[in-house]
Amino acid sequence: MHNIPMARPEPEDVEIELFIRALQLRHGYDFSQYTRASFKRRVLNLVTAQGFGSISEMTGRLLRDDAFVAPLVAGLSVPVSDMFRNPGVFKALREAVFPLLKSYPNLNIWQAGCAFGEEVYSLAILLQEAGLYERTQIYATDFNDAALARAQEGIFPAREARTYSENYLAAGGAGSFSDYYHARYEHIKLDEQLKRNITFANHNLVADGIFCEPHLILCRNVLIYFTDTLQNRVLSLFRDSLIRGGFLCLGNKETLDFAPAGKDFVAVDRRARIFRRASSNQ
Amino acid sequence: MSDAAAAAVVIGCSAGGLHALRIVLAGLRPQLPAALVVVCHTGSEDVEMLVGLLKRDCALPVSEAGERCQLLEGQVHVAPSGYHLYIEQERRFSLSIDPKVCFVRPSIDVLFESAAQAFTSKLAAVVMTGANDDGALGLRAVRARGGLAIVQNPAEALAPAMPQAALNLAGADHVCQLAEIAPVINRWCA
Repeated sequence: MHNIPMARPEPEDVEIELFIRALQLRHGYDFSQYTRASFKRRVLNLVTAQGFGSISEMTGRLLRDDAFVAPLVAGLSVPVSDMFRNPGVFKALREAVFPLLKSYPNLNIWQAGCAFGEEVYSLAILLQEAGLYERTQIYATDFNDAALARAQEGIFPAREARTYSENYLAAGGAGSFSDYYHARYEHIKLDEQLKRNITFANHNLVADGIFCEPHLILCRNVLIYFTDTLQNRVLSLFRDSLIRGGFLCLGNKETLDFAPAGKDFVAVDRRARIFRRASSNQ
Repeated sequence: MSDAAAAAVVIGCSAGGLHALRIVLAGLRPQLPAALVVVCHTGSEDVEMLVGLLKRDCALPVSEAGERCQLLEGQVHVAPSGYHLYIEQERRFSLSIDPKVCFVRPSIDVLFESAAQAFTSKLAAVVMTGANDDGALGLRAVRARGGLAIVQNPAEALAPAMPQAALNLAGADHVCQLAEIAPVINRWCA
């Protein structure tokens, strides 16, 4: 044990504890296993954005105003991504994983923590180009209903189109990204056809169970927000959900080294953070 | 095998930062009894090249800060690109892809504020050359918790905006030429 002197907690740290407890007791959302430093920063940003004087003031509001919970939860989940974010990862999926998925007559893919849908649509495009889309059922889940609704729309700011287009090509896209959207003023709307096999659903990794026997799980930059304990719970859930030999793709900087359940996965492409469920698990 | 750090030095820089970092790191003494954590905005997708360059003239081991890993004494940890880097209360790193702060990710403010909470007075923070005002709020948080503030003299900085913004908002315990920064850190750690 390392000896870290424990000072008397700052008022703000006590307020954060009480805020988390209130959300949990009153509304059933459990953020106690979120890494604290980034969570605290997000809470303090919300306090400022919503015009409260302190965390306690915001806690008071959430206790008595049910209508405040949805915007609060939306603010706490802060979905940020790009289409084909880290193109090398999508290239690796296309080149190292898709050929192995071709042998299955039907495929389930689960994207856990889909935010606004940037990555699930990216995946849909690559599946289509690989000739796998027709046989695939994609589940895109998130615990934030507002984000799910946005994801379902498939509308993104037009200013992102150039970046997405460059990413698409770097990911090994076979055509032109512009084939997949219609530009409308300030926005691009992705081709409706891309979501015919996508089901958007609410699933909370903190509390919900096994899901859909997937051949591939994409969960990038979600576990970075979780403590070791919760990370291990979610990895166990992924292991138990995946088919034998199923694939797991994590975010570029995520590590399995601190979770006992990490031992149930073997690396396929370490750099792209693509793993496979080990064939046996105890 | 290094030990978990009881003290830390956090360093933030942007435009012109590579040159400045090399000078500072070259002046640090081996087996420094503190962990060093560096945020340098590079704009590239990974910091492998930056780590490689910094290793060349630094007596301490340099590597990318790993998710969930402990801060180690006598080690230079470099923030990965594309993520904010935080120090948790138990002195381990965590990452987020939360929106950019001051138009950048990693943000110096994010690192400094979390470091201030984890290390309080056992923290020294350095703001060097850069073209925006990232780091100013962070430096103020460091001082508020009793940490030491070191700012590169803006007159000498390749891009003076960042050290100047830090001085204006937070002030400093030391305003130094680049060559004086490492000796200040060496003495502070002693």
